[in-house]
Amino acid sequence: MRQFALSIVLIFAAGWVAAFEIENRTRFGSSDNGQVLRIISTADIGFFEPMITAFLAKYPNTEIDYVVASSTEMMRAIQDEGHAFDLAISSAMDLQTKLANDGKAQRYISATTQSLPDWAIWNDMLFAFSQEPAAIVVSKKAFGDVPIPKDRHELINLLRQHPDRFRGRVGTYDVRQSGLGYLFATQDTRASETYWRLTEVFGALEARLYCCSSDMIEAVKTGELLIAYNVLGSYAVNREDRSDFEIILPSDFTTVMLRTAMIPHNAPSHELSSTFVDYLLQRSHELDAQPLTHPGLDLIQIETSLNRIRIGPGLLVFLDQLKKRAFLSEWESAILQN
Amino acid sequence: MNAPVAHGSIRRRLLLSLLAGAAILAVVVYYVVQSVARQVAQESQDNVLAASALSILDSARYSGGEIKVDFPYSALSMLDSISDERVFYSIRLENAFLSGYDQLPEVDGVVADGPAFRSATFLGEDVRMAHVQRRISTDSGQRLLQVSVAQTLTGQKQTLTRISRTSMGIGAGFFLVSVLLAAIIARSTIRPLDRLTASVSRRGPKDLRPVAAPIPTEMVPLVASLNSFMRRLQRSLERSEDFIAEAAHRVRTPLAIVRTKAEIVQRKTDNAETQAALREMVHAIDDSSRTAGQLLDHAMVTFRLDHLSRDEVSLLRLVQDTIERLRPISEMKDIEMETIGSEDIIILGDPILLQNALHNLFDNAMKYTPSGARVSVTLSRQGDGGEIRITDTGLGFPEAELGRLTDRFARGANAESVVGSGLGLTIVKEVVEAHGGQMHIKNITGGGACVSLHFPSS
Repeated sequence: MRQFALSIVLIFAAGWVAAFEIENRTRFGSSDNGQVLRIISTADIGFFEPMITAFLAKYPNTEIDYVVASSTEMMRAIQDEGHAFDLAISSAMDLQTKLANDGKAQRYISATTQSLPDWAIWNDMLFAFSQEPAAIVVSKKAFGDVPIPKDRHELINLLRQHPDRFRGRVGTYDVRQSGLGYLFATQDTRASETYWRLTEVFGALEARLYCCSSDMIEAVKTGELLIAYNVLGSYAVNREDRSDFEIILPSDFTTVMLRTAMIPHNAPSHELSSTFVDYLLQRSHELDAQPLTHPGLDLIQIETSLNRIRIGPGLLVFLDQLKKRAFLSEWESAILQN
Repeated sequence: MNAPVAHGSIRRRLLLSLLAGAAILAVVVYYVVQSVARQVAQESQDNVLAASALSILDSARYSGGEIKVDFPYSALSMLDSISDERVFYSIRLENAFLSGYDQLPEVDGVVADGPAFRSATFLGEDVRMAHVQRRISTDSGQRLLQVSVAQTLTGQKQTLTRISRTSMGIGAGFFLVSVLLAAIIARSTIRPLDRLTASVSRRGPKDLRPVAAPIPTEMVPLVASLNSFMRRLQRSLERSEDFIAEAAHRVRTPLAIVRTKAEIVQRKTDNAETQAALREMVHAIDDSSRTAGQLLDHAMVTFRLDHLSRDEVSLLRLVQDTIERLRPISEMKDIEMETIGSEDIIILGDPILLQNALHNLFDNAMKYTPSGARVSVTLSRQGDGGEIRITDTGLGFPEAELGRLTDRFARGANAESVVGSGLGLTIVKEVVEAHGGQMHIKNITGGGACVSLHFPSS
């Protein structure tokens, strides 16, 4: 992500009349008939580039305009400002669900969408194409003699046994800032009460709060952190120095976020977006698929402890402002103990 | 007889009426099943919506000067558990919007207790809504907290399609069963009519007894009329027979007187012309008298045929008696009558009728046989019955008329000069057939006629 941060295109310079904040923007391919597929996405270009390249190889006469924005900015762009995109790709399942629920998505049915497993499709509007587990990332070097925990229970015990060692050196999402952190946290509370105990322990150890997975991994790398909790597993696996880290998919339950694609209701070139969605889903779901999820994270092995977040109106519950207020105040009182 | 004019068919009409009824009922069944099922589907959706709204309402509490609504995840996820649905909700304190979808329409006519429901359109889709409310204590007193939950109708539409298909199936099945039943009912309804038809057409030509077999109530008037008609016909037939018998009887006595007087006058006069005229007169009187006699016989035979008695009758004795009775006539005409065969054969029958028949037959034979000829009566056992064969050496029957000699008043073309009515052979035939026997008439090669009567034994 850092390497791409340098190539951020200034939005106003690009003539983009928009109020929402664009992180990055890249154009791929070219088309002689002016066919442009405009994608707005929360995923870094690096993450998505292989898919786009493969798509352009199959459909050469196409131009793809790939805009990266945060999930809340994307929400603003589509919901409030009504920008026209052909495809919206996001890791914020709750916000995607809200967009679809509020009628900002159009239904799309094809042979490919109909063959999707139940968890990967909602209302013919949202289509999941990758599964991203929330992992605990620890620094191998720093752990040394201490046994590496396998689940949250062991993690709690470990932290309680060595409070001085871990004080100020555990990190997790600041759920007030990060939508994904909030999603992981709320889903954790649904799965088990352990989350609150863990958060209490984090609070007692003066845990540090981060905005994003990459920052947390970087902190573990630098030795600033020993343990990062609820980090996107794929970000850690993707790194070249991944051998420095131990990536733990907790065996009590592993929360799995689904990246979803949706065709906005005002998509200008519906045909092109349909083609892309079909291609995306075929590549990530079929038998010889090349999933965007990392082969390093074998989800099939931990199928029983897999806690796949279900797409659906349940996700709207924690978006409710009253509910969110209640959750955040509880979370703050647990983690900010000083 | 004219064939009856057929117009319509009871069976077809019955079948069509039943089918029309069944079709109407099938449609009714379809709509009833569908509307009931729709109602049930609607109610179950309403129940889920109400449960969802209530669980939000229940989670609300007032603390720290504000309303806190920490509603469970399931409050909304339950609405999506069977089929993917879009879900909307709103939480309001009196008219102040707290959370959810601000634009969600209100439910009209909310009652204080229990949830209220309505259908509406929201964000371009049809939704079903539930609305609940309760009073909540706040610092500023009791205030009304209202929760509405709405859900799209994807699942309900699927259910309704399924229901529609099912009720269509039920309707069609109902109709098919009805068709089968209608066919069976139409058939069984018509059956008594068929039975009556069969029983009437099986009857012999002279069977005018009333129909006694059990019949359905609806056919009683028809059969009663039929019976009454047959009774009248029977009475009318009897009356005409009576009339003929009475007339014949009344004519016979004066004829006998006239004949006697004519003979006396004939004997007294010497005038040859007068004598000839009188002879012709006597001849004519004989003819009339004989006809009258045979008409009487025929009437008697007809009457007795209807009430045939079954006594043991010896054919041998019958033949001998009849010959004995006719002896005066045979001797007068110098005809030799011989009986061949002495084995006695007993049959069951009416002795008076049988005697009458034989009398007519022998009388006929003698009448058409010239003087000095011979008439022989052969009695023999034939198979399981007896046969009486009578042959003469007379003129025989005209070949061309053999078939219709037994019709009433039919006489042979060569019998003009002989006194006769043409009823004799008719009587014989009717009697023989009434006893289950047969009569055959033929000519003997070399002159003469042969009539054989065959009677089955008992």
